[in-house]
Amino acid sequence: MVNPEAVLSSRNVSLWYGETRALNQVSMDIPERQVTAIIGPSGCGKSTYLKTINRMTELNSSVKIDGLIQFRTKPVQHYDVVELRRRVGMVFQKPNPFPKSIYDNVVFGLRLLGRRRKSELDRIAEMSLRRAALWDEVKDRLRDSAMGLSGGQQQRLCIARALAVGPEVLLMDEPCSALDPVATAKIEDLIFELKQEYTIVVVTHNMQQAARISDRTAFFLTASLIEYDQTKRIFENPRDKRTEDYITGRFG
Amino acid sequence: MKKQTKQQVFLLGVTFAAFFSIAVLFFALYFVARDGLGVISWEFISAMPRQRMTAGGIWPAVAGTVYVSALTMGFAVPLAVFTAIYLNEYASKGWVVRMIRLAIRNLAGVPSIVYGLFGLGLFVSTLRLGHSLLAAALTLAVMALPLIVSASEEALKSIPDSFREGSFALGATRWQTVRYQVLPLAIPGMITGSVLALARIAGETAPIILTGAAYFYPLIPQSVSEQFMALPYHLYILATQHEQVQLVRPLAYGTALVLLMLVLSMSLGAILVRSHVRRKRDW
Amino acid sequence: MKSVHHGFHWTAAKDRLIAVLLLLVALLTVVFLMLILGFLITRSFPALKEVGLWEFLAGSRWMPSSRTPGYGASRMIYGSFMVAAGALALPVPWGLAIAIYISELAPKPVREVLKPALETLAIFPSVVLGFVGLVLLAPWIARVFDLAHGLTALTGVIMLSIMALPTIVSIAEDAIGSVPQEYREASYALGANKMETILQVVIPAARSGITASIMLGFGRAIGETMTLLMVAGNALSLPVTRVWGVPIPDFLRSVRTLTATIAIEGLDVPWGSLHYHALFVIGTILFTFTFVINLLTDWVLHRWRVED
Repeated sequence: MVNPEAVLSSRNVSLWYGETRALNQVSMDIPERQVTAIIGPSGCGKSTYLKTINRMTELNSSVKIDGLIQFRTKPVQHYDVVELRRRVGMVFQKPNPFPKSIYDNVVFGLRLLGRRRKSELDRIAEMSLRRAALWDEVKDRLRDSAMGLSGGQQQRLCIARALAVGPEVLLMDEPCSALDPVATAKIEDLIFELKQEYTIVVVTHNMQQAARISDRTAFFLTASLIEYDQTKRIFENPRDKRTEDYITGRFG
Repeated sequence: MKKQTKQQVFLLGVTFAAFFSIAVLFFALYFVARDGLGVISWEFISAMPRQRMTAGGIWPAVAGTVYVSALTMGFAVPLAVFTAIYLNEYASKGWVVRMIRLAIRNLAGVPSIVYGLFGLGLFVSTLRLGHSLLAAALTLAVMALPLIVSASEEALKSIPDSFREGSFALGATRWQTVRYQVLPLAIPGMITGSVLALARIAGETAPIILTGAAYFYPLIPQSVSEQFMALPYHLYILATQHEQVQLVRPLAYGTALVLLMLVLSMSLGAILVRSHVRRKRDW
Repeated sequence: MKSVHHGFHWTAAKDRLIAVLLLLVALLTVVFLMLILGFLITRSFPALKEVGLWEFLAGSRWMPSSRTPGYGASRMIYGSFMVAAGALALPVPWGLAIAIYISELAPKPVREVLKPALETLAIFPSVVLGFVGLVLLAPWIARVFDLAHGLTALTGVIMLSIMALPTIVSIAEDAIGSVPQEYREASYALGANKMETILQVVIPAARSGITASIMLGFGRAIGETMTLLMVAGNALSLPVTRVWGVPIPDFLRSVRTLTATIAIEGLDVPWGSLHYHALFVIGTILFTFTFVINLLTDWVLHRWRVED
């Protein structure tokens, strides 16, 4: 029933915040080393779906979840949550670096894992910052506060921070919505680079962005997955009338 | 035009009320300082009382107040901080949390003299600690608990959730998130709140009368099972209980001023640190 | 890899353990409240059995160390309420005016002086205020009203007013500050001026919080000990005057409160005596009053939040 090719597979996932249903019977398979975009109007459940994957929704005690999300070989509930979140990294809508130095931000996750050797931390920090295309801009001021960086740099720092613990999947929750066009372009280039090595799921309200960067696109509406297919197909020849209406800008 | 005049009178009245409160504060300060400053000297602070407290200094009362306040904080701050962490970082809703919050609010409303009675019943008599530094500090600690819990919660609430989310998403456990992300940022606020609570506790009289403060005990306590003198109680005695109230009045002014300076310097320090930290923080 | 995986689960277990420990610490607050309540009730019990609750609440003769002891606390209860109620008359309008000034009118630099000043007033030790009342206000009261001494209910009320002020201001200010800006804009748009907006829109919208601030001020006043002990005279006679045969509270007479009684007698009383237990009855009565006031305040505040 679950697609063995997929990194992440969900089947009939429903979620309630108290009495409000935020996800309704969502089933989708996310393939490895591709960018999957999730689009839809505000409140359609796209961010909730993302946060259900790495079990961030559990932090809210009034949440009830039904259905199955499988990561690799077993359901996410069967993982130790720490291991799950290490292997499935997340980047948030608003850049949220910790008010510490740039270096301390990048190695925070490693230190949690008990890595203490300075040479190892230095090596991984440099590698992660390079992958996040930030190294050249910050290599001379690793000890400065991360709060002094620009918004776009902060967001790339958050990506580097997530990469440092060696994830297989990166979940990105509207990673560019707080950024200007130049910074957005840099993040988009970065996403394109990163998919060589990582499976990326990106929630966005920006349809051009989804069209530019993703291989597959899922369209959510009022808590349900309406359509999920190759991005090209979704944008050029949607099957569902509601997808077409949304993409052509008739609502949302 | 008439409407305008009415409004002018109203606004003027409200403004006057506000500035009048400052006037009252400064008048009280001035009044105590005017007659107290002449009494205060190094000798007054550092000498023992002599001749049935009609001469000499107030050193045992200063030391007693410092000791009992420090001991109180030693008991109360860890408990209060952990309670605040539980309530703000761990607890979801539910009846246990509601009950804890209700208990804290009611502890905050218990009159100070009832705390004294409670301390007398539990620590002094039932636990056989006697009238002692320890019994008084434990009593004050229960009293300080709700003050420090709410100050600490305030500090924790001011930390944006995005830091917590970022930490969780990197696989940190709740405790790791609290320990490495939340607490370091909340500690300045917690210290400020604790110092403000300390200032309030140091000025308390009613609870310690019944649990350990001595009318006259011209010694520096060497152990927590001894009685002690305390500035607020000493002032009360000099002002109303001494056999020669008029004769010791200057000493009473001096004691009042020392107590006031102690308490106000603590709270002023805390307020200044708070505004400094607020201005300096970059998040 | 296997061992790392194992380590992760250990971390999670440790986290659960910490959660349990924190819960236990937090529950101490409940334990303390229960202990206070338990001690008050169990230590009261011998006196209640011997004397009866009714005698405490209704009796007017308080003579615990007499050979024919009396345990009527009604005059002290009356005294506590009279002083606490009197201590609202001044600080309620005054505090409200300050709260209005701070949140509606004050320029930022003024506000940044005013708020710490009120915090400072809140932190004044009650014994220092009692001292100021004793040496400054009491002689003045005696002179103005031509009394033998100035240790009267009025002296206590005035000093208590100063103490209750910061409590009332800070909560009322919170309430006024949380009134949405749109209300004010809507009022101005209808042509109201500042005064009308404040009095007819802002204050009514903040009324629950203001009510709560008054109740908390009352609770604080009922529980205040040292100031009253020092300036209110502590006489056990009933402070009333008859005007055309109708008894009305007389604020120019000395008054004894529940709190002062415990402070005066608690130190010398022999542990385990009937008198000792009688003081716990007084403590229980005080606790009950403040507990009920707290619950009511809670209820009012809760309604205020729900209204939003």
